[in-house]
Amino acid sequence: MLLRHTTDNIIDRKALTVNPAKTCQPVGAMYAALGIRGCLPHSHGSQGCCAYHRSALTRHYKDPIMATSSSFTEGASVFGGQANLLESIQNIFAMYDPEIIAVHTTCLSEVIGDDMKQIINKAKTEGKIPAGKTVIHTNTPSFKGSHVTGFSNMTTGMVQYFSENTGDRENRVNIIPGFVEPSDMAEIKRIAAEMGVQIVMFPDTSGVVNSPMDGKFHMYPKGGATSAEIKSSGDSSFTIALGSLASTQAARALDSKCKVPFEVLNLPIGLRATDAFVDLLRKKGGVQVPEAIMTERGQLLDVMTDMHQYFYMKKAALMGDPDQLLSIVEFLTDLDMKISCVVTGTPAGTKFEKSIKEMAGGDTVVKSGATADTYYFHQLIKKDKPDIIFGNTYCKYIARDEDIPLVRICFPIYDRVGHQYFPLTGYKGGLRLMEKILNELLDRQDRDAAEESFELVM
Amino acid sequence: MIKAELKSFSNISAEKVKDSILNRYPAKVARKRGKQIIINRVENGDQVPEILANSRTIPGILTMRGCAYAGCKGVVLGPTRDILQITHGPIGCGFYSWLTRRNQTRPETLSDANYMTYALSTDLQEDEIIFGGEKKLKKAIEEAIALFNPKAIGIFSTCPVGLIGDDVHAVAREMEEKYPEVNIFGFSCEGYKGVSQSAGHHVANNKVFTDVVGQLEMRKEGKYIVNILGEYNIGGDAFEIERIMELCGFTLHSTFSGNSVYEEFASAHNADLNVVMCHRSINYMAEMMEKKYGIPWFKVNFVGAEATAKSLRKMAVYFGDAELIERVESVIAAEMENVLKVQGEIRPRCEGKKAMLFVGGSRAHHYQELFTEIGMETLSAGYEFAHRDDYEGRKVIPGIVVDADTRNIEELTVTPDEKRYNPRKKNDEMQKLESAGFTFNDYNGMMTEMKDNSLIIDDLNHYETEILIEKYKPDIFCAGIKEKYVVQKGGIPMKQLHSYDYSGPYAGFIGAVNFYREIDRMVNTKIFSLVKAPWQESPELTGSYVWNK
Repeated sequence: MLLRHTTDNIIDRKALTVNPAKTCQPVGAMYAALGIRGCLPHSHGSQGCCAYHRSALTRHYKDPIMATSSSFTEGASVFGGQANLLESIQNIFAMYDPEIIAVHTTCLSEVIGDDMKQIINKAKTEGKIPAGKTVIHTNTPSFKGSHVTGFSNMTTGMVQYFSENTGDRENRVNIIPGFVEPSDMAEIKRIAAEMGVQIVMFPDTSGVVNSPMDGKFHMYPKGGATSAEIKSSGDSSFTIALGSLASTQAARALDSKCKVPFEVLNLPIGLRATDAFVDLLRKKGGVQVPEAIMTERGQLLDVMTDMHQYFYMKKAALMGDPDQLLSIVEFLTDLDMKISCVVTGTPAGTKFEKSIKEMAGGDTVVKSGATADTYYFHQLIKKDKPDIIFGNTYCKYIARDEDIPLVRICFPIYDRVGHQYFPLTGYKGGLRLMEKILNELLDRQDRDAAEESFELVM
Repeated sequence: MIKAELKSFSNISAEKVKDSILNRYPAKVARKRGKQIIINRVENGDQVPEILANSRTIPGILTMRGCAYAGCKGVVLGPTRDILQITHGPIGCGFYSWLTRRNQTRPETLSDANYMTYALSTDLQEDEIIFGGEKKLKKAIEEAIALFNPKAIGIFSTCPVGLIGDDVHAVAREMEEKYPEVNIFGFSCEGYKGVSQSAGHHVANNKVFTDVVGQLEMRKEGKYIVNILGEYNIGGDAFEIERIMELCGFTLHSTFSGNSVYEEFASAHNADLNVVMCHRSINYMAEMMEKKYGIPWFKVNFVGAEATAKSLRKMAVYFGDAELIERVESVIAAEMENVLKVQGEIRPRCEGKKAMLFVGGSRAHHYQELFTEIGMETLSAGYEFAHRDDYEGRKVIPGIVVDADTRNIEELTVTPDEKRYNPRKKNDEMQKLESAGFTFNDYNGMMTEMKDNSLIIDDLNHYETEILIEKYKPDIFCAGIKEKYVVQKGGIPMKQLHSYDYSGPYAGFIGAVNFYREIDRMVNTKIFSLVKAPWQESPELTGSYVWNK
């Protein structure tokens, strides 16, 4: 047994987190910053943070993740990190020539109290930022929120530094895609293009962290939202924020800075969440939903009906990030699956818990925030054994010990590929998610079937 | 062009490569890097040029390095399975060090403790950062004891802990009084300490030495009792070494720290000999155990079949028993049979190919052995977090300048234990061995074993990696996960020597065979030749579009 010390005896913990179901803000900020073209994320703190975040994102994407660090020593920790950041900015522009440096803080620089705005201004006045180049920042203390809020903070930083209302309102919709995969972002763009809606999407990591192999390393791959695009978001007519935790803050900032109204939707994963997205995009873009999109919707619904018997009343346990969980739970309940428990380490608030219970029913155990961890999730699974688990790679230890199939979702996925290239968003993404679930459930049925009831056709 | 230069790497001017690297740097950076990029020249057997190492990372430079916490919690203590490890700090550090280093472990029974799969953290929140986290840490220790009932608990400090002034050592003492059956100790391994992981190794060595080693009087049954220091069982390396030890008739008392348990650490002072694998991360422990308990140590290397054989022979000679020496020889002979067979099969396909290694504090040296065994040459190498002695040999230790960053790491004053100091060999026995050429407390460093004109680069960064690849076009590049895809996107196979790309073992005899096959796979794959699509190879238009119209 890999998790031999985990029992089903749940003791209320106040202080100890065991096997976290979240990680810290800076990794989310680093990921978001990679969604700006020509941007080098910079971690203002000890170099260990940057090394850990780059490693985590590299394992997840199996692609180069470039980012720099202020490399604090004990001296910097005592006297403040200004000198280190100024030196970093100078070295980075000299060595790596990015268009943009996106600085995020760490717990260390936050505790010291480094004032990012002041340091960036100093870099400007001292001529350390070459003409036409930009340094932006966000605050991501690791002792608040999670990787999801870190993503949200950096996205908000993009609005604060770049978005501009020039007074020319354009018939264009902003989409803030949330902390999703590059494949998901590409799919959202594809749907908008298919519908003929002009959009600006930021951040956009597609083409950056799933870049093609062409025999040459590109420090700044072709993907990413350009600063000009993000700037133009201030002139768009509307913002669709996907995923309330990861995207609301930036949409709100854009509204107050540039007077762009917004609406927050759940991530477009599954039939109804995608319907809501397509419907809003249609209205705000002033277009008809084209036949091609209707076909995709119809195909998703077709497989839902064809294979309904295999989903019906199957019990699922889910761990992941709040925005994904809300949409996936809705989709699973539409398939008539039962939701046993939903756990996220990200503090998601009572509204999240209420929404899940509204969809899944009052018996579903929902917990978010402090001590809502993988250990607790495992205990719930031991108490009420599900047919299938949804969670990140760390859940494979539970899946093996309990002999329950696992569908990998959210961050991190260190042990499989696919998430970089194939989306879960949109109708096509719904089909992929359903295929993944079916493969797990049907493989299990095949494995466990008596010889006489081993089915050829399913 | 570069291709023509490539016939022999000796034709590539290391000076020119170094110059082209330094050219691009701002003046201050160039001055510093100039001292960390050295063109190797070995004179009089062991005289090599001085290199600047264990020096601050330049802010903003894309470094490979991590932090003291990673060196302490991740590297040294991480591989042991029954010391319950609590990270005191915000959630990230505990999360990233959770199972990512692939330290394998094999509990003997299902009821044995195994905490390897658990990441424990106090997940400090803003309030605790403001008002102090000690209360939460105490509560967390209580909860951890209730859940896991461990023999020992280690507390690992993250950056903010040092700044807010939490005293993890005081908390450890207080909680140990409350729970006397649990050995509780804290590590001041805040990430900003020192200049790399190396500081964390030292912090870990110190605490394990003062608070764990010597706590238990137990000696394993056997004749030749040995501790292996600095073997972390990545990919099962320690399992292979254990297998070989047993075949030879050595009794492995404890491994620091691959596949280890607390009681083996606690009683390690009862062994007859310490052998050191990773000199950088654990030479402190070997030195301190010799001073306090009288256990001699010498350097070994179980990476490479020849190196393994050489190390085994040296260990046998140390014990001086003819029967042991003979048994070791017969094990080597039996094991080398398959090793040589596979070498013979693979060597023709790898002969003459070129490697570069930039990793760790020992691996960049050790793995050159394996490449040599299949006829491959190391063009350039360097460490991520080593000190001068790992490059130039221990002879330079007295001359190493102790800077402010090193001074911040405690240097323990160790004296012989009044009761338990027991020199394992008498003076005349030691002298006899030494006069026959046997060396103790020895490490000659990487540079003495590398060819003249190879480039030795400390703390290699991304930009220098690009220049090296462009100028030398190596057949394989070895480093870590952050470098992996950067190198491979450029069309060069990249072998991870931290995680082994999730394979292994590579140590010992079986490991050598695994490594030969793995390198053969990588340097001879056709995948990298598929980069160009047919229409890129011959881009001229062929006009069927026009015809069909």
